[in-house]
Amino acid sequence: MLLRVKNLSVSIGTLTLLEGVSFDLAKGEIMGLVGESGSGKSLTALALTGLLPLIGGRVTAGSLEFDGTDMVTQPKRKLRALRGRRIAFITQNPMTALDPVQRIGPQVDFVSRTHLGLDRKAARARTIALLTQLRIPQADAICSSYPHQLSGGMKQRIVIAMALAGDPDLIVADEPTTALDVTVQAQIIHLLTRLVRERGLSLVLITHDMGVVAQACDKVAVLYAGRLAEQKPVHALFASPQHPYSAALIDCIPREGMAPGSLTGIPGNVASATAYPSGCRFHPRCPRAGAGCDTKVPVQRGLSDAGTVACHYPLNGAPDV
Amino acid sequence: MLGYFIRRVLVLIPVFLAVSAVIFSIIHLIPGDPIDNLLKIGAGPEQREIMTARYGLDKPLVVQYWIWLSGVLQGDLGTAIVARRPVADLIAQALPHSLALGLCALAFSTFFGIVLGTIAALTRDRWPDQLIMTVVLLGSTVPGFWLGLLLILVFSVWLGMFPVSGARDWSAMVLPVLTVGLGGTALVARVTRVAMVEAGQRDFLMLLHAKGMRPARIQLRHVLRHALIPVVTILSLRIGWILGGAVTVEVVFARPGLGTLLIKSLNQHDYPVVQACLLILAMAVMLGTLAGDLIQAAMDPRVRAAL
Repeated sequence: MLLRVKNLSVSIGTLTLLEGVSFDLAKGEIMGLVGESGSGKSLTALALTGLLPLIGGRVTAGSLEFDGTDMVTQPKRKLRALRGRRIAFITQNPMTALDPVQRIGPQVDFVSRTHLGLDRKAARARTIALLTQLRIPQADAICSSYPHQLSGGMKQRIVIAMALAGDPDLIVADEPTTALDVTVQAQIIHLLTRLVRERGLSLVLITHDMGVVAQACDKVAVLYAGRLAEQKPVHALFASPQHPYSAALIDCIPREGMAPGSLTGIPGNVASATAYPSGCRFHPRCPRAGAGCDTKVPVQRGLSDAGTVACHYPLNGAPDV
Repeated sequence: MLGYFIRRVLVLIPVFLAVSAVIFSIIHLIPGDPIDNLLKIGAGPEQREIMTARYGLDKPLVVQYWIWLSGVLQGDLGTAIVARRPVADLIAQALPHSLALGLCALAFSTFFGIVLGTIAALTRDRWPDQLIMTVVLLGSTVPGFWLGLLLILVFSVWLGMFPVSGARDWSAMVLPVLTVGLGGTALVARVTRVAMVEAGQRDFLMLLHAKGMRPARIQLRHVLRHALIPVVTILSLRIGWILGGAVTVEVVFARPGLGTLLIKSLNQHDYPVVQACLLILAMAVMLGTLAGDLIQAAMDPRVRAAL
């Protein structure tokens, strides 16, 4: 396993925002990390890249192993050497991800110059090759332009180029297409997953778009209110979701032949981190909630098809009360 | 960029005319006139009339303004009424002293202001920040003439390190530069700190960390780089201000310069000299602002794109 996350808990101040999250990722695998806003997706991304201190967060329990080394206990300097080199990060909003007063070229060159020890010329050649692979026309000219001269989709390609420039093993992409036009979203996801597959890299793709998950991922982990609800191979999740929340997310995907007005959301709001419900955090919104859901925290258990689910009354499975 | 430059210079023309009109009218609002300083005791009203006519002060103000302005536009600043010398000579004597003081003070406050502001921003809310900001608060509120006197007392009178006054050599420059420069340092440090803190919250820093960049490099190459954009704007406004702001300090240190010349001429109602001094100070402000806008465009590609 390239990545082993066990019982990971993350806090900011006294607030525990991520609690007991576990998943594994093998080399070459693409995992989707889904959930509504505030479910802890971005926090997981920052934990994976060792960037939690930037937002004042810290790992309070559990472990996070990358290729055999524990990321939680690594000194800052070691983490920095990993970042950009073996673990790359694609941030949420390409519009604000790049330094607006620096030209594109040097921003991408930095990665291969720092981590691969390339000189200025070799780094630029690598940058141009990468931009070309990302189907950026006139990569040469793009290198000497500034971020504000490029479209959002183009900027996100630049950010992807930066991620690939260090020849990483793992890429963590935090909602890489949320800020983009719908027409560009599919292109970017397609391009990113193709390059990841070609190079045999692992990818943690954070998204709230179940369509993207179905299309691009091997497996998926569903987060709700800072806890893992369910994780399993993508086909298994879509064929038979077991957590009512996963099922509800899948029901939110528009399908062909749906009657107008039949697309419904999930009733209620995402629980706030300052006032999480007791027991299962999903129970106030859950159609299957029954005795015990409001008092007992459900544990992760394996049911079938190589996945785990944390639910007292799972769909297609025995209750756990 | 060239088009922008030309447009900006063209805009200066109406500004120049407006400023010259204001300067001219304000001076003539001051009670008294230069003839008082020229007439000998016991001179009669006829002599006053002759003198007034000789300097053209009997003509309507609008005509006087036109005569002065057309002279200025042809490079003739006129002749000092009381000092009885070409105004250009007086200015040429005074200006280098003021420029030397102003530029040294500007360089001083730029350097120390940016360094102190950066240290304060990097140690935000810890003791170095609090210490620097307290000193800066004092520095920005203490008036220059009082600070100047204090420095003279300590370094010249008690310690005997620097001359009390004059402009004989470099050692006479130290205290005036400190006096003018400290206020500027305080201002620059405050602006730098705020701009650094603000730039330190920008989204793009996350990706720099994600690329594995050293925090020190992020602060100096990216955060400071962004913070300097507003700092340059403040500094360019001070380029002009610092010549004028040195006025009282020049008087305290009895230095020759534009300020000393201005005060002396004001007391004597020597209109042409006062007008020329004020015009030069106003021009310095205008050119400083222009320089600031150009530097800002050079530093920020987004500003260039908007031109």
